[in-house]
Amino acid sequence: MEVYLDNSATTRVFPEVAELMKKIMCEDYGNPSSLHTKGVEAEQYIRYAKETLARILKVNEKEIYFTSGGTEADNMALVGCALANRRRGNHLITTQIEHPAILQTMHYLEGQGFQVTYLPVDPYGRIRIEDLQQAIMPGTILVSIMHTNNEIGSLQPIAEAGALIKRMNPSALFHVDAVQGFGKAPIYPKKVNIDLLSASGHKIHGPKGVGFLYVGDRVKIQPIVYGGGQQQNLRSGTENVPGIAGLAKAAEMLYAHLDTDHERLRRLKHFFIEGVERIDNVKVNGLLPGEPYGAGTAAHVVSVSFGGVRSEVLLHALEEQGIYVSAGSACSARKPQPSATLKAIGVDKSLLESTIRFSFSVFTTQEEIDYTLQVLYDKIPILRKYTRR
Amino acid sequence: MFTAFMIKYAEIGIKGKNRYLFEDALVRQIKYALKKCDGEFLVHKTDGRIYVDAQSEFDFDEVVAHLKRVFGIAGICPVVHVEDEGFEKLCESVIAYIENVYPDRHKTFKVFARRARKNYPKDSLEIARDMGEVILKAYPEMKVDVHEPEIMLHIEVRENIYIYSEIIPGPGGMPVGTGGKAMLLLSGGIDSPVAGYMIAKRGVKIDAVYFHAPPYTSDRAKQKVVDLARIVARYTGPIYLHVINFTDIQLYIYEKCPHEELTIIMRRYMMRIAEHIARENDCLGLITGESIGQVASQTMNSLIATNEVCELPVYRPLIGFDKQEIVEVAEKIDTYETSILPFEDCCTIFVAKHPVTKPNVNVIRRHEHNLDEQIEELFRKAIDTDELIIVE
Repeated sequence: MEVYLDNSATTRVFPEVAELMKKIMCEDYGNPSSLHTKGVEAEQYIRYAKETLARILKVNEKEIYFTSGGTEADNMALVGCALANRRRGNHLITTQIEHPAILQTMHYLEGQGFQVTYLPVDPYGRIRIEDLQQAIMPGTILVSIMHTNNEIGSLQPIAEAGALIKRMNPSALFHVDAVQGFGKAPIYPKKVNIDLLSASGHKIHGPKGVGFLYVGDRVKIQPIVYGGGQQQNLRSGTENVPGIAGLAKAAEMLYAHLDTDHERLRRLKHFFIEGVERIDNVKVNGLLPGEPYGAGTAAHVVSVSFGGVRSEVLLHALEEQGIYVSAGSACSARKPQPSATLKAIGVDKSLLESTIRFSFSVFTTQEEIDYTLQVLYDKIPILRKYTRR
Repeated sequence: MFTAFMIKYAEIGIKGKNRYLFEDALVRQIKYALKKCDGEFLVHKTDGRIYVDAQSEFDFDEVVAHLKRVFGIAGICPVVHVEDEGFEKLCESVIAYIENVYPDRHKTFKVFARRARKNYPKDSLEIARDMGEVILKAYPEMKVDVHEPEIMLHIEVRENIYIYSEIIPGPGGMPVGTGGKAMLLLSGGIDSPVAGYMIAKRGVKIDAVYFHAPPYTSDRAKQKVVDLARIVARYTGPIYLHVINFTDIQLYIYEKCPHEELTIIMRRYMMRIAEHIARENDCLGLITGESIGQVASQTMNSLIATNEVCELPVYRPLIGFDKQEIVEVAEKIDTYETSILPFEDCCTIFVAKHPVTKPNVNVIRRHEHNLDEQIEELFRKAIDTDELIIVE
């Protein structure tokens, strides 16, 4: 049995999305900038994709810009806004548990003379509004906070943060990295004072290599990619038409029954946490006080520390049984160093290298969760028997 | 402008009556190396030399890079091939050759001629003398020095005429396949690929064995070993890589033997399995990347313990190398970057915090008896997991 529980790393593409993309690649392959029919056809796909996403986010379709993925969207938002708003100030704010696409870009900007405040998080992986309040200064030009944490699934107080930022410094821009949140929850940027929002195709059963950045119409931003002037000069480069159409199709499909899917995943998470806690010396990370089954956190991410088991070994042991999970987050699994997020929420040092992330998707079934729990019950005691003496 | 290469070979020139075997092996290895280059080539042995004649357009740098990896080649001389259309035409070709190859001509030179085709109107000395004059007239900035010339210009008259003066150093050594075959214990580390390279350089064909311990080592670690084998294979030709699942033996040793001796006993079983596979595949020895004192299992005492389980000789070409010296070779042969990729160590649970550095062989043997009950069966099962990957 193959059980894919690494959906925060990437997801399986919806067959409908793959078919649409194949049609575009093989039949409607025109360049949207071409003047002939083939070009017009291709442009229609992009227009439709913008309309779809704009409808989902309740924004204007002119405010959607397509990128090569979440990382580029994050770079474009941070670098593009920091450089364009330099005259207003040089202070930026983010959190300690952002994805490297944000953290590394912030480090780059520090090298360019910007000052960055990294907000700490509480033991549940959320920033404290008081900390944000203290950090905002007259010279703050941009605040970037992730919507959903990729490693433990904590949800940030986006609405409160947005309101606070606009009250304290109306000219400061608010960027939200929603790569893990888009497609999982309703997000309406204009209602919660979000000026810029990043999302990615391959986290929502769409293709890799495509993402988008919502840029509110009053935002001052400059391009980071120069060229033929596509997308109102903000993001040059021939549009990735199949990718863009695929992303929008996937989003459309997810948002069509978001509520029922969300409810189902919530129940699966509850069930999984209950089951996994039957194993002794196990800790589920990032649960809110009084919410032992994960309410108030993302329904699709469960981070579990298994005392006395090395996460990499457990990962490969599960793999042998057809279960695919992640040790920490996929991006940090490349560099064997303990996850910054887990450290920031105060996970015990001995458990840092014993933590596995299970992440679900709309394809995840009860049967798969049952099987996974059974394999964990079988494997954990065996793996614990062989530990470093 | 170059149309051929003359291959100078190293030690194989002195091999007496077996010489043709070595030459044939070198021709074979050169042909193999050139298969990966664009273009058609004719590799032939003529008058005790090996020539690579280009039969089509080719990429000079690419061909030289590939030839530089063929053991047995001492030097690669890029040759300009001209047809015999009289001495005057030849002079023109030589002048053009010098202009192309030496933009700065403030140099001393000597012409060395060889007349293999005896019906050529001038003899060797005449060719050398007359050509020298022509060169001096064309390039007054050049000077003759017959003792230590900076440019030694060779002119060889055969069916066609060969002009060459440059020698690009080759790797030396002997052609792979002339020295038998040995089994390399290949890990993902820095040392073992270098050890394989060094033994292959002596003309030995390499097979390899890798011990895989899922779930304690990952598929990425295995892929890394395949990648390393592929880099070594650029020099050695195709490598037959045997992947053995070692997990059950490792766990059994872990259960039954003192933890400080785990690595040593594990190494002893790796050597036994490697020897078993080596014999099945007609290998005449084992190769390891060990270097005295580098880690606990490579002290002289530990080497006694791991050495005694095999009858085949164990070749340890790095035994007297410092780590830095090994790294230098690894960088030269391009395995270093791959070796240091960090996929390896999820099997640290098998490494004691304080492993024995001076194991007593008698004690080790006694503790190995703790394994008597199941080890034979586990050994056989491990051999059965042998997955053969042909890497080229």
